[in-house]
Amino acid sequence: MVKQYETVIGLEVHVELATKTKIFCGCSTAFGGAPNTHTCPVCTGMPGTLPVLNKQVVEYAMAVGLATNCTITGDCKFDRKNYFYPDNPQNYQISQLYLPICHDGYVEIDTEGGRKAIRIHEIHMEEDAGKLIHDEGRDRSLIDYNRSGVPLIEIVSEPDMRSSEEVIAYLETLKMIIQYLGASDCKLQEGSMRADVNLSVREVGTKEFGTRTEMKNLNSFSAITHAIDAETQRQIALIESGEKVVQETRRWDEDKAVSYTMRSKEDAKDYRYFPDPDLVSVKIDKEWIEKIRKNQPEFRPEKMARYKQEFDIPDYDIEIITETKHMADIFEATVAICHQPKKVSNWLMVETLRLLKETNKDATDIIFSPDNLAKLIKLTDEKVINSSVAKEIFEVMFFENIDPEKYVEEKGLKMVSDEDALRKVIEEVIENNPQSVEDYRNGKEKAIGFLVGQTMKAMKGKADPGIVNKMLKELL
Amino acid sequence: MKNILDCTAVELGKMIKNKEVTVMEAVEVTLNRIKEKEADYHSFITVMDEAAMIRAREVQTLIDEGKLTGPLAGVPVAIKDNMCTKGTLTTCASKMLHNFVPVYSATAVEKLESAGAIIIGKTNMDEFAMGSTTETSYYGVTKNPWNTEHVPGGSSGGSAAAVAGKECIFALGSDTGGSIRQPASYCGVVGLKPTYGTVSRYGLIAYGSSLDQIGPICKDVTDCATILEVIAGKDSKDSTSVDVETDYTSALVDDVKGMRIGIPTDYFGEGLDKEVKEAVLSAAKVLQKKGAIVEEFNLSLVDYAIPTYYTIATAEASSNLERFDGVKYGYRTGEYKGLHNMYKKTRSEGFGEEVKRRIMLGSFVLSSGYYDAYYLKALRVKALIKKAFDEAFQKYDVILGPVAPNVAPKLGESLKDPMKMYLSDIYTTSVNLAGLPGMSVPCGFSKSGMPIGLQLIGDCYKEKNIIRAAYAYEKERGSI
Repeated sequence: MVKQYETVIGLEVHVELATKTKIFCGCSTAFGGAPNTHTCPVCTGMPGTLPVLNKQVVEYAMAVGLATNCTITGDCKFDRKNYFYPDNPQNYQISQLYLPICHDGYVEIDTEGGRKAIRIHEIHMEEDAGKLIHDEGRDRSLIDYNRSGVPLIEIVSEPDMRSSEEVIAYLETLKMIIQYLGASDCKLQEGSMRADVNLSVREVGTKEFGTRTEMKNLNSFSAITHAIDAETQRQIALIESGEKVVQETRRWDEDKAVSYTMRSKEDAKDYRYFPDPDLVSVKIDKEWIEKIRKNQPEFRPEKMARYKQEFDIPDYDIEIITETKHMADIFEATVAICHQPKKVSNWLMVETLRLLKETNKDATDIIFSPDNLAKLIKLTDEKVINSSVAKEIFEVMFFENIDPEKYVEEKGLKMVSDEDALRKVIEEVIENNPQSVEDYRNGKEKAIGFLVGQTMKAMKGKADPGIVNKMLKELL
Repeated sequence: MKNILDCTAVELGKMIKNKEVTVMEAVEVTLNRIKEKEADYHSFITVMDEAAMIRAREVQTLIDEGKLTGPLAGVPVAIKDNMCTKGTLTTCASKMLHNFVPVYSATAVEKLESAGAIIIGKTNMDEFAMGSTTETSYYGVTKNPWNTEHVPGGSSGGSAAAVAGKECIFALGSDTGGSIRQPASYCGVVGLKPTYGTVSRYGLIAYGSSLDQIGPICKDVTDCATILEVIAGKDSKDSTSVDVETDYTSALVDDVKGMRIGIPTDYFGEGLDKEVKEAVLSAAKVLQKKGAIVEEFNLSLVDYAIPTYYTIATAEASSNLERFDGVKYGYRTGEYKGLHNMYKKTRSEGFGEEVKRRIMLGSFVLSSGYYDAYYLKALRVKALIKKAFDEAFQKYDVILGPVAPNVAPKLGESLKDPMKMYLSDIYTTSVNLAGLPGMSVPCGFSKSGMPIGLQLIGDCYKEKNIIRAAYAYEKERGSI
């Protein structure tokens, strides 16, 4: 009989927090600065400097902990993880081992078999490292410490997942919660969310866990899926052939769809963790926790339920709009101004999604303001512009967040519905298109469409198509 | 007029304020003294001739304009070379930092500068503050001005020798296990290690972060209180610093009536030199005569202080000194093959023997499998030591005892036997472990003519108690 195997997966998820400044100094966390321009003596590990904890990091960590049903540690501490590598200027990372800020939580995910809770072992705060750039041509390495000291939280799950689908559902849930909190933008590609996969297999029905491996370098949901499936097969193949799975850290190569050994348990480093004497313990009292709890946003499930009650828009729209808090915020703010949920939803669902897709962006990148979207809707409602002009304006708004009212003024895009102004143009169109005119007169109703189009073209799209249609019929 | 070099900081500050002396004169006289004496004492690693004279003129102007009115305005100060001084070489007496010029100053240094004190140089010390004799310095040995065949103590030996040898008016030292008090005792000057958290550690190159404190080394108790008042206080750059009352000079009162002073009998047992014992006990008698209630008690746990101290301090040091790797600043080995080899050669060549010994010890006690047995156990003993002191301070305002078991040994004697050197910290380390303030005050001389120090220990944030006791004692003792 063929043996049946079960995959057991636990995740370590690193999330870069959206604070303006670093975790232990006042340097900016902004992306893209010239190398070593967002640095100071503290985050470059100069002698004699000391870390001072950024309170916002604690509050974000607490917010994520509360949203994932964790217990908050009233008296948490930082520890030093010692290892020599040049990306880490002190040669120790300030992290939390012994008393992490959050512990024993869970999130619920939807699986084929229904709702399932994934337990969270702990969430801890730590600092990111700098970036090493290998200058192969000159046989040297350069270091950029701009990322050194950027705050991270690490969310460690229990080994509660059984498939790549569950892993993705868990990650999507975390991402949603954290984005809703504004604690991070959670972009895997850009590294603001990173997941390491701990995986083992066992025969179905066994209680003990198999030997696990840890997989690193997973930069997208598809890489995670591929890596999980490949690692599951690799481990099963080993067991089937009578070999043993070795406890080790492996690196996934998405291009080649294989993983390689990074280091085995035998050469695992001794990090000589100990409490960082430069930082005092973080005292978190009930009042502070309550303050954070009170400021928690409305999360997606509640928001979806409320939209169903409040707005007459399709369920599908609700699902898309609430996928990010950013889009939901734009939706609500725009509706608050113009009171036309269906129209607002249409702009988001059709034009916005199209442009996001074309430009390879996601909803968190939307820059146009609810104010401007409301103005655009008003301009079309009041027939100041026609729908094709509206689409053009929207496209400019999408990229530059222009004020559509001003833009219409400046570019002279107001719809022409004045019959005298249109008559001359229509007469010219009739004169220049005798064939279509004849077709129409011979009963080909469709020919009028072509003539409307010609008129619109001559009017550079600014004519009211309804009036053009009406006048053409009269004049023919 | 009193000779500038014989003045205390407060005396010189007054003379400058009264226009009896200019800041330039004060600095020039001090710099000349350094030129004259450095060949004998070697208290300094760096002397800041030019910068000090430029700053002297600036400070004189500020004093003349009435913008600087504090007691230390214009007074020349020497800084231990483990405190960062912006734009000035800061070596920690190590080859590792032979070329390190910080772009920032330690908060304590900044505070002295804003108070108008003139930094005239950076003093010698044991490498990375690891040692008790200032003989582990990469830049040569400092000698005791009382007898240049003897060590000045350490690790702040350069600062203590500079004050004793009149090469500065006062100095800053740092104390992790006795590094201010012991050299102060050996050099016949006053030294204070404040309560942990009183003076910001920002810019102090860390040895044992949970034990390090910056403090004054100076000529008398009045200076000590005055300097502490300037450098103490909460600093937003140091999370472990605390907000404390800093009116230390208000404790300069010649009155110890009713003050309860405890003498731990365990500090007077085996190993204590007879001359030191007698000098310290007679100092206690002086205070008793002035109305203090002096009694003996058993402190307990004294034997555990040294192993506990060396476990915690070296553990922290092993991590603190990891940043010296040849990558970013300081020494890097000349030739190497790859990263690992660069680390290895840089650190093997850049650190001295004592530093390497302590890094190895510290790495060992933090290693997986040993952490609980050594480091955690040491933390538990540390808590017990603190508890023993807490109990003592229920009964006493001040604890009185010796600073060190002996007077300053001869050059070269201590390093031969590191265990013996470590044991010389027996009366000082427990004060750091408990985070308490401790002061060394001169209380006599040995027959060989070497100074003896009296240690006064107070409860946390109760510096005023020891300042008061020291001040009253000093009044009675007279100048040394």
